[in-house]
Amino acid sequence: MTTATHDHGHDHEHHGPAKGLTRWLYTTNHKDIGTMYLWFSFAMFLLGGTFAMVIRAELFQPGLQLVQPEFFNQMTTMHGLIMVFGAVMPAFVGLANWMLPMMVGAPDMALPRMNNLSFWILPFAFAMLTSTLFMEGGGPNFGWTFYAPLSTTYAPPSVTFFIFAVHIMGASSIMGAINIVATILNMRAPGMTLMKMPLFVWTWLITAYLLIAVMPVLAGVVTMMLMDIHFGTAFFNAAGGGSPVLFQHIFWFFGHPEVYIMILPAFGIVSAIIPAFARKQLFGYSSMVYATASIAFLSFIVWAHHMFTVGIPFLGEAFFMWATMLIAVPTGVKVFNWVTTMFRGSMTFETPMLFAICFVVLFTIGGFSGLMLAVAPADFQYHDTYFVVAHFHYVLVPGAVFSIMAAVYYWLPKWSGKMYNETMGKVHFWLSFVGVNILFFPQHFLGLAGMPRRIPDYALQFANFNMISSIGGFLFGASQLLFLYIVVHTIVAGKPAPAKPWDGAEGLEWTVDSPAPYHTFTTPPKID
Amino acid sequence: MKLQRAFIALTALLISSVAHAGWQLNMPRGVTDISQEVYGLHMLTLWVCVVIGVLVFGVMFYSMFKHRKSKGAVSANFHESTKVELAWTLIPAAVIFAIGVKATYTLADMYNFEDSEVTVEIVGYQWRWRYRYIDENAEQEVSFFSSMSTPRDEINNRLEKNENYLLEVDEPVVLPTGTKVRFLLSSADVIHSWWVPALAVKKDAIPGIVNEAWTIINEEGTYRGQCTELCGKDHGFMPVVVEAVSPEAFEQWLADKEQEAIELAELNDREWTFEELMERGEQVYGSACASCHQQDGSGVPGAFPALANSPIAIGSAEGHLDVVVNGVRGTSMAAYGNQLSDADMAAVITYERNAWGNNVGDMVTPVDVYNFKAGE
Repeated sequence: MTTATHDHGHDHEHHGPAKGLTRWLYTTNHKDIGTMYLWFSFAMFLLGGTFAMVIRAELFQPGLQLVQPEFFNQMTTMHGLIMVFGAVMPAFVGLANWMLPMMVGAPDMALPRMNNLSFWILPFAFAMLTSTLFMEGGGPNFGWTFYAPLSTTYAPPSVTFFIFAVHIMGASSIMGAINIVATILNMRAPGMTLMKMPLFVWTWLITAYLLIAVMPVLAGVVTMMLMDIHFGTAFFNAAGGGSPVLFQHIFWFFGHPEVYIMILPAFGIVSAIIPAFARKQLFGYSSMVYATASIAFLSFIVWAHHMFTVGIPFLGEAFFMWATMLIAVPTGVKVFNWVTTMFRGSMTFETPMLFAICFVVLFTIGGFSGLMLAVAPADFQYHDTYFVVAHFHYVLVPGAVFSIMAAVYYWLPKWSGKMYNETMGKVHFWLSFVGVNILFFPQHFLGLAGMPRRIPDYALQFANFNMISSIGGFLFGASQLLFLYIVVHTIVAGKPAPAKPWDGAEGLEWTVDSPAPYHTFTTPPKID
Repeated sequence: MKLQRAFIALTALLISSVAHAGWQLNMPRGVTDISQEVYGLHMLTLWVCVVIGVLVFGVMFYSMFKHRKSKGAVSANFHESTKVELAWTLIPAAVIFAIGVKATYTLADMYNFEDSEVTVEIVGYQWRWRYRYIDENAEQEVSFFSSMSTPRDEINNRLEKNENYLLEVDEPVVLPTGTKVRFLLSSADVIHSWWVPALAVKKDAIPGIVNEAWTIINEEGTYRGQCTELCGKDHGFMPVVVEAVSPEAFEQWLADKEQEAIELAELNDREWTFEELMERGEQVYGSACASCHQQDGSGVPGAFPALANSPIAIGSAEGHLDVVVNGVRGTSMAAYGNQLSDADMAAVITYERNAWGNNVGDMVTPVDVYNFKAGE
C-alpha cells in the first residue's frame, strides 16, 4: 500500500478483479459478492413471480382451469418460500455487502472467505428446493409456514429435500449475519461512532442480531420435523404424545422476527433516500434508532398473534394482542419522522424517491391492516383469509420489494458507473405502483367478504375482485421485466455517472468514484 | 354488429355478477351479539386508521406539492424536537390503549364458555366435517358427516355453477336459535379450522387437542363458511353450512335424526346380499374414499396408491380390513374403524374387492367387521 495516493481520501488499487468465471467463483470481494447476491435474488424474484402468475391465472375465474389443487398448493408454497428466502433476504444481504463497507469506511467485509461461502451455498439450496417440483408426489404443498402434521405425516416424500434446503439457507443467513455484525462493530472508520452510522447500517446491525437469534430456531424446527418423519420421534404427532401446536409456537418464534428481518433494512434504505431527495437532514435520527431497536425487541414477544385461533388461553390471547398493538407505536414514530423529513424540504422526485414515498404510503397501509389484525376478537374474522394475504403483501411488496428497487435505482450509478434512464425508471415505477394496488387492494375486500387464503377455487361472490386482482398481478409481473431491461440497459449503454449523482445525498459511499473502485477505503477515511 | 354483441355479452356478465352480490366490500355484521361487537371493533379500528392516514398523508402530500424544488422551495434545517417526538409516541399509545380495552372486553365474552344448553362436537377430516350432538341420555347419539355437495362437473367447468357453488353440503349442521351452543373442536388427521363469518366463530380443529367455542344465533337462516386452515389437496372444498332453526323445530329435527340413527344401527344386524353390499359400497366409497383414491380406483401417483389391482384390495380380507379399520401409520391413510358403521365398512370393502377389474369374488359382512374389531 506504499504507492497509495491520498488525493481523494481513498486508495486507487493497482490491481482489478481476476478474469473469467473463476473471478466469481473464488471472489472474496464484497462488491463482487454483493453483485452476485443481487442478481441471484432477482432471478429468484422472477421464479417466485412466475409461480405467483400461475396462482393468479388459476384464480382469474371460478372453477379449475389450468392446474389441479395438488399443484396449486405447491405453487403457493414455493412462491412463499422462494420470495422470502430467495428473493427478499438475499437482496438485502446483497445490498449490505455492497454498501455496508463503503458506508462505514471499511475496505471489505470482516470475514471475506465466509462471505464467499455464504453466497455460493445458496444456489444449491434453491436448485434442490426447486427440483422437488419434478419429484414423484410433487414438491412441498403445505404452505410456506409448513404446519405439522400436514408437513410431516401427510407430506410428500420430497419434504426431506425441503428440510435440507432450509438448513442450507439458514446456514447462509447465519454466516451472512455474523459477517455483518463483525464488519459493523470492528471495521468502522476512526471517528464513526455508533450514533454517527447511517441508518441503513443501524437497521442492518439490528437485523443481523435478529437473524442470529432466530435462524437456529428455524433449523431446530425443521430438524424436529426430520426426526418425526424418519426417526420415529413424535414432537408434533399427537398420537405419540406430541403437539401440532408446539410446531406453531416454535415456527412463529422464528417467523415473527423473520418478518422484521425483511422490513428493518428497508427502513434503513428509505431513511437514506428521503433526506437525499428532500435535501434536508433526516428528522429524529436517534428516535429512528431507538424505534428500530424497540420493534426488534417486540418482535420476540408477539409470535402467538399468528395463532389467535389455535385456542390459547384468554390471558395468553390478551397478552399477545396488547404486545402486538404496541408495535404500532415505534412504527408510527418512523413514519412520522419520514413525513417530517419531507416537510419543508426542497423535494425532487427521481425514481428512487418515488419508490421511497410509495414505500411510506403503502407500507403504512399494510401497518394499518396490521393494527386491525392485532385486535384479537376481530382477528377471528380476518385470520387465514385474503385480508391477511393483502396485509402481508402490502408490507412485503410495496414495502420490502419497493425499498429494494429504490435502493437499486439510488445506488446503481455508484455500482455501475452509469446512469439509468430516468424516463424509463419512472414508467417502471408508475406501472408497478398501479399494478401492485390493483393486485392487492381488492384482496382486502375478498378477505372481509369471507374468502379463505390458499384455496384453488372460490365461491361465485368472490369472482369480480379476483379477476381484478389477477389483472393487476399480470400488470405488476410484466412491469418487472421492464426493470430487468432498465438495469441491463444502464450497465451496457447508460451515460457515465458522476461520483455523486444526487445533490442531496450524504454518506461515505458518495466520496468514492463511480463506478466504485474494486477496492475502496484501503486507508480509512477521517470522520469528524 | 360484433360490437353490439360484445356489449350485450358484457352487460350480461355484469348483471349476472351483480345478481350474485359480487361486490361485497366489508365484513358482514352477522347474526349474533358477538359478531355485532366484532363488527363494531373492526369499524372502530378501521376509522381510527383512516383518520390517522388522512392526517399523516395529508401533511405528506401537502409537502410534496408545496415544498418541491421546482417551486423554489428552500429546505429548512430542523431535524429534531423532543416535544414533537413525545407527542407522537404518547398520543398513538393512548388511542391504542382505548381500542385495546374495548377489545379485551369482547375477548373475555368470547372466552366465556359456561351455561351452554347444546353441545356439538365438530371433528375435521380430510376433507369433510363430522358433527356429533353430545347427549348422554340419547338412546342413539346423532352423528353424521357433512361433505361438500357441489358436483365435480361444476368445478371442472362442464356444468354451469349454481348459486351456492362450493358452499353447499350434503347435510348441514342444524342449530337452535336463541340458545347457547357450545362447540368442541378436534381433528382426525391434519389441522382444519371451522369458520362461519355470520357467527364470528373461527376455531382450529387440531389433532390431539379439543378446542372450545360458542355461539347464540339470533336469527333463523342458512349461514355458510369454509375451512380456513390449509389441510391438503381439497382444502378449498370443505365448506361449513349451518342451518339455524327455532328451538322447537330443532328438537323435532334431533328426534328424527335419533330415530334415523337407531335404524342405521340396525343395518349392522341384518343379513346382506352381495349386490346390496356392492350398491351401498359404491356410495360409501364415493363419499369416504374417492377424493384420494379416485372414483375409478386409480389413485394419484406418488401421493395416494391405486386400489384397482392393488395387492391389499385383492389380497386377504383380513389384511384389507386391517388397513381400512386401523389406517396406515405414518401415511395419510386414516383409520376408518370409528368413522364408518360396520355395515358401511363391510359394504365398502366388498366394493373395493370387486370393482374396477378387481375380482376377488368374496364378500365381507357386517358380522365379519364386528368380529375383526372384537378380535383385536
